[in-house]
Amino acid sequence: MDDIIVRSITRIVIPFVMLYGIYIVLHGHISPGGGFSGGALVGSSLILYTLVFGVDKARKKFSHRVSEIAESGGILLYLMVGILGIFLSGSFLSNQSAGFPMGELGSLLSGGIIPILMIGIGVKVASTMISLFHILIEEEK
Amino acid sequence: MKNKIIASIFILLFVVLVYSIMQMPAGSGTDSLAYSESTEYYLENAASETGVTNIVAAILTDYRAFDTLGETIVLFTSIVAVVSVLRPDRKPKEGENNG
Amino acid sequence: MDLLKDILEHINFIGAVALFVIGLYTVVTHSNLIKRILGINIMGTAIFFFFIAVGNVLEGAPPLIDPEGSSEVVFINPLPSVLILTGIVVVVSITVYSLSLVVRIYETYGTIDQKEIAAIQKGEDYSD
Repeated sequence: MDDIIVRSITRIVIPFVMLYGIYIVLHGHISPGGGFSGGALVGSSLILYTLVFGVDKARKKFSHRVSEIAESGGILLYLMVGILGIFLSGSFLSNQSAGFPMGELGSLLSGGIIPILMIGIGVKVASTMISLFHILIEEEK
Repeated sequence: MKNKIIASIFILLFVVLVYSIMQMPAGSGTDSLAYSESTEYYLENAASETGVTNIVAAILTDYRAFDTLGETIVLFTSIVAVVSVLRPDRKPKEGENNG
Repeated sequence: MDLLKDILEHINFIGAVALFVIGLYTVVTHSNLIKRILGINIMGTAIFFFFIAVGNVLEGAPPLIDPEGSSEVVFINPLPSVLILTGIVVVVSITVYSLSLVVRIYETYGTIDQKEIAAIQKGEDYSD
């Protein structure tokens, strides 16, 4: 967009929205939220960047290669944790019976594999939203 | 005339659905429709078995973690489907006349 | 009145059914393709609304356990919220795929009105 007010306010607002989204993903096991809503927030901030500054500048920051790595990395993290559960105790995606550290009830480092799965889901949802937006909005030249 | 017939059919559908919904018990206690034994088990034992305080997150990623894995695969499949429609690879075969 | 009290107790369910009928009316009546796809999305949202309203308990707390609180709190039912999260992702996937098909249809026929597309297809059959 060519408007100077929109550009200046977007430059100030985008880091705060992204920080709030990462906070919701990381505190998914204590407060309401979790991987899906936090990933949607981070994806929305990236879509805002694409809408205001144009597709070419956004393509330089989140190129095709970064999207591919984020898409596949989210699912692979989930699967690696699950297969680690097979080696440790015998069943896929097991939490307490596999010996992961539990921690205190209500602190940030608690719950075994649950925060790791939330991070994987958040990365996957954010990269899905920005990839779909870039594919739908580009034009043939 | 055709618009009036379609609108009256939809109003009739709405009245029939509302009448059948009035027979359902309103959610006013622990005897509502979806409250079953598994809900009571989850509410009592989620904090001690999983170690987190958010019951919805505990059910999603510990008791039913396999469904969440299937759902991330659905997200991945939707990207593959959209890319195959909007950016197809066209490899021209050798020896074909029209380009 | 007794009927008014019944309606006020079931007001969540009646709202969900009204949204569903509005979505169905949009799909049946309009001939623009994008309006029909959004009508299907509205119908899906109405069903999610109904399903979560079933799991409500009056004067129940959200399902978050306080570590040092009492253990006699009535919680609402957490199971419908968990099952709806998977449903939302499926509806979003279907909407995105349908919209990408509409982009291809516009490139082929030049219009997104369904009656004009049917007329163009009949014209193509006759001229072959």
